[in-house]
Amino acid sequence: MTARRIIPCLDVRDGRVVKGVRFLDHVDMGDAAELAARYRDEGADELVFYDITASPEGRTLDYGWVREIARLLDIPFCVAGGIRSVEQAGRCLDNGADKVSVNSPALERPDLIGELADRFGSQCVVVGVDSRREDDDWVVHKYTGDPDSRRLAGRSTMDWIGEAQARGAGEIVLNCIDQDGVRQGYDTAQLAQARSRLTIPLVASGGAGAESHFLDVFDRANVSGALAASVFHTGAIRIGDLKAFLAGSGVEVRQ
Amino acid sequence: MTDVAVIAYGAGNVASVQFALERLGARVVLTDDPAVIASAKRVILPGVGAAAYAMGRLEALGLIEPIRAFTRPLLGVCLGQQLLFESSDEGDTPLLGLIPGRVRRLEPGGDRTVPHMGWSRLERVRDDPLTAGLDERPYAYFVHSYACPDGPATLARAEYGGPVPAIVGRDNFRGCQFHPERSAEAGAHILKTFLELPA
Repeated sequence: MTARRIIPCLDVRDGRVVKGVRFLDHVDMGDAAELAARYRDEGADELVFYDITASPEGRTLDYGWVREIARLLDIPFCVAGGIRSVEQAGRCLDNGADKVSVNSPALERPDLIGELADRFGSQCVVVGVDSRREDDDWVVHKYTGDPDSRRLAGRSTMDWIGEAQARGAGEIVLNCIDQDGVRQGYDTAQLAQARSRLTIPLVASGGAGAESHFLDVFDRANVSGALAASVFHTGAIRIGDLKAFLAGSGVEVRQ
Repeated sequence: MTDVAVIAYGAGNVASVQFALERLGARVVLTDDPAVIASAKRVILPGVGAAAYAMGRLEALGLIEPIRAFTRPLLGVCLGQQLLFESSDEGDTPLLGLIPGRVRRLEPGGDRTVPHMGWSRLERVRDDPLTAGLDERPYAYFVHSYACPDGPATLARAEYGGPVPAIVGRDNFRGCQFHPERSAEAGAHILKTFLELPA
């Protein structure tokens, strides 16, 4: 089978990695290329780069920067941020990205998912979903990079991930917004439900604060990978230590 | 300096392959020119996306015959490995026909999600110069929804709810289902041995 993936997520603004709490109040965490190289050396299985301001500002990301990262890394990476056409996704892939992740533009125009899958194959197409508990359901939010333009997407999370898979998504990254940045653990209930709805890989995002949270999400939600940001950026959790802990707990990881 | 031609036919992630080869000190030419490919010392056939689209591109560029007639080391990567076989379920497409067998869709079931996306261990099946000196059971990075038939050409397998040919070889034609350019040390090792194969 596959080893469970540990995936540092780098929210990038102007070449710098930033981190906020529940997507607000961003703090500078360092140079994107430097952090990427550090995570590569520490044993990260994959990296995700989100240009967090691209989608709300209606622009796409910087392809030269994608190329610089591609030159540096010998592990896969995914890029996201304002990708709203086959042409834009193609330029990311041409410049060395392995996957593209679409979020708000896919909500606006769901046909985008199928267009990307037809052209590049499902394995290149990740759909990122920002989900929050509202009343008795999990619902999708969009434009979460910018609190001023954030709004409800008017969809149930479980319906949307099923639709995204049917349209050709090759992977879902489920960001549980209530958990994001607060380090209280992944939303294993929501992720387990999402896992049961999908036959494509699911990656957990939002809430990692301790090594045990990674063990919990693999055990309880059977996700393929777990994404985290601030615990890695601050050095609170070292990837090598995390993997040793997971391996000691019986989780298959690449060491 | 080593000369290696990477076929840039609009259906592959050529930049990451190019960068990985350059990290090893190789001199890389990205090309879709049949004459350049025919005279190259070594050729890499990358590939991302759909088999039918990729074959259509190779056909349109006049590359099918130069690839079939190539006698020096050629390495297909991911979809590029699949293209070496005879046919594919994906779009019910005829392929290059250099290795017998049909590429089949991976079906999800149990813990097997599809695409097969992530790091799986390689189990060597038989010795080949391409895998000489490779670590025991190293991890490599896979991303694919279709898998090659397991047969006499298999050099190494991954296990993903069944055997997945991970490295194949027949005569001068070899392939990796995983992405060596994205497989850390093991991937770099495979690319290095490929660059050192006698051409």
